[in-house]
Amino acid sequence: MQKSDTTYKLLEASIVSEFERKQVELTGLCHPAVSRSRMRAFEFLKNSGLPDRKNEKWKNSPFPGQYEEEFLLDIPPVYYDRAMEEIFKCEVPGFWADKYSMLNGWYYSTKENQLITTGEGVVIGSILKAQHQFPELFEKHFGKIVRADQDGFTAANTALFKDGMFVYVPDGVEVKNAVQLIKLINRQEPLMVNSRNLIILGKNSRLTFLHCDDSVNHTPSFINTLTEVFVGENSSFELYKLQNLNDSTSLINNTFIHQEQDSRLKVNILSLNGGKIRNELHANLMGQGADVDINGVYLMDKQQHIDNQVYVNHAVPNCHSNELFKGVLDEEASGIFNGYIYVARDAQQTNAFQRNNNILMTPKATIDTMPYLEIYADDVKCSHGATVGQLDEEALFYMMQRGIGKEDARLLLLFAFLAEVTSKVSIEALRISYEDMIKRRLQGELSICDKCVLHCSVPDKPVEFDIDLSKI
Amino acid sequence: MLLNIKNLHVAINGKEILKGLDLSVNKGEVHAIMGPNGTGKSTLAAAITGREGYEITQGEIVYNGEVINNMAPDVRANRGIFLSFQYPVEIPGVSMTNFMRTAINAQREFNGLAPIPAGEFLKKMEKMKKLVDINTKLTKRSVNEGFSGGEKKKNEIFQMAMLEPKLAILDETDSGLDIDALKVVARGVNELRSDENAFVVITHYQRLLDYIVPDFVHVMYDGQIVKSGGKGLALELEDKGYDWIIDQVDE
Repeated sequence: MQKSDTTYKLLEASIVSEFERKQVELTGLCHPAVSRSRMRAFEFLKNSGLPDRKNEKWKNSPFPGQYEEEFLLDIPPVYYDRAMEEIFKCEVPGFWADKYSMLNGWYYSTKENQLITTGEGVVIGSILKAQHQFPELFEKHFGKIVRADQDGFTAANTALFKDGMFVYVPDGVEVKNAVQLIKLINRQEPLMVNSRNLIILGKNSRLTFLHCDDSVNHTPSFINTLTEVFVGENSSFELYKLQNLNDSTSLINNTFIHQEQDSRLKVNILSLNGGKIRNELHANLMGQGADVDINGVYLMDKQQHIDNQVYVNHAVPNCHSNELFKGVLDEEASGIFNGYIYVARDAQQTNAFQRNNNILMTPKATIDTMPYLEIYADDVKCSHGATVGQLDEEALFYMMQRGIGKEDARLLLLFAFLAEVTSKVSIEALRISYEDMIKRRLQGELSICDKCVLHCSVPDKPVEFDIDLSKI
Repeated sequence: MLLNIKNLHVAINGKEILKGLDLSVNKGEVHAIMGPNGTGKSTLAAAITGREGYEITQGEIVYNGEVINNMAPDVRANRGIFLSFQYPVEIPGVSMTNFMRTAINAQREFNGLAPIPAGEFLKKMEKMKKLVDINTKLTKRSVNEGFSGGEKKKNEIFQMAMLEPKLAILDETDSGLDIDALKVVARGVNELRSDENAFVVITHYQRLLDYIVPDFVHVMYDGQIVKSGGKGLALELEDKGYDWIIDQVDE
């Protein structure tokens, strides 16, 4: 049924009219693949709008409650006038990542650095630039992993995205330093930012990518990010997502990944802070021998909301998948975990595991956790498990009886609970940063960092902790 | 006097468990608390250590000259009160070594001392591990995780040795122990006995008292200490059971 103007919610109406106003610009100046996707997305939006709670996948989500709020969609381009570090400090000495940034949905760099090619042929930069310089890559990959009309948010993103990041790693290249994308929102009025990333790994290559979403101020914003990743045969992709947003920001973080034969994907999502966060991750195992390991930690309090939707699609035989999500919900925070595992009819010898463990710190904190396994093959190993519990009072007393203060005992227990996930971060320096952030978050120090969250362990503000947690 | 409990009434969820208990413990003494199940022995241990949910409705617990009725459990611990748990708790993800160092440093901080130097800590660990015959592998594991019943109890005595409390309460440390483990536990306690500390040993059986010889034996019944005596009382109980005491009380 087609929606009419009168049934659009404010945000839906804004999205539709923004596209209509900018159609020439949005579809005329871009790659044909982008243009086609945008048109398809717009048709879908016009007819179906954004997902509402009648949609099974959104039934407990607070996002639809926001569709009557006003957000600015027509965000003027941001021109580079000062180094990113002046807006947002994120320099950890001797760090192992090369930093790139986006500001209010625009790729933020000097003109000459909008799209760079390294000596090894790795291309990094703005997706706007890349579509013209690498048309064949866009023809092959853009909009191929996600359908433009997957749902209202992928459609809104496809129709309206202004900019985003593009990374291309050629066959046989192992990128040494991690690529870190720092996405910031810094405006006084509420924005809706649609940004789009495309990451392509050729055969036998390797890339580590950090995707950081941060707020600089306390203005509400609505971020709708979509990332498509193509992982070529026998390649490794590690994806880290760090989310440290203000309490009035809503983040839709959609990631769609295509894995070729014998490829390896490792994901680690750390949701530290944010008003509402929905991480939707689709891992499509399309070649035999592919392996995926998806992990997440979430620490929510106040009235924050976290939603992790993980879809693992075992389309072919002999693949392996593992999911581990652990979270602590305090005060009146709410959470959702949905773990979908789909095993196609011929995907024999599939191994798929899933676990979600939660600690609720108060009677008002809630978590909805649901495994969803759809298995059409008969020779598979699949398992799932979910727990919801409280902090172990017995253990708390035991520790206090040994002289450890209640607050330290609580921290030690929570940290030990989460360590199972953080210990999987394979880059030592990043793992330490992760753990520092978690400690600070658990101590209530980190709401929104005035600096990059990865900055937390630099000497000017050391992480003091009575307990040496490094040995546990 | 190290511990002086006067007319102690303790309730759990409004139900009175201790009903006017008196107990005095001096430094250098070992007191055994015996009695049938459900008479309040473990409640007494919980009240002295400040466990949540154990409400003191009347009376007071004086430790080292200070009323500790409302003191937090960790403060009591840092002032030298130690409980060997009847059921030691498993803490996944927290290594025994780190746990112990954290506990020792909390105590040192409380006493205005700098954190224990690593070398000194390790030396002390080695010494005390030998004392209670604990395997090095165990201290590398998470606290009590995957420990056998006997190992858990030995681990309690190990922690006691590391923390050097002034007042140690052993809550049925002997339950579930074979005779060899029992001897190890007793040896640990006897090594640590001095004129400066005291022990309160809660037990069902006389057996442990063959190895940890008490100065006083108390019998608890219905939330009170109804009979006290010397070590001979324990032997008498072993011989005659509790019924004769209960009969005396009921009369």
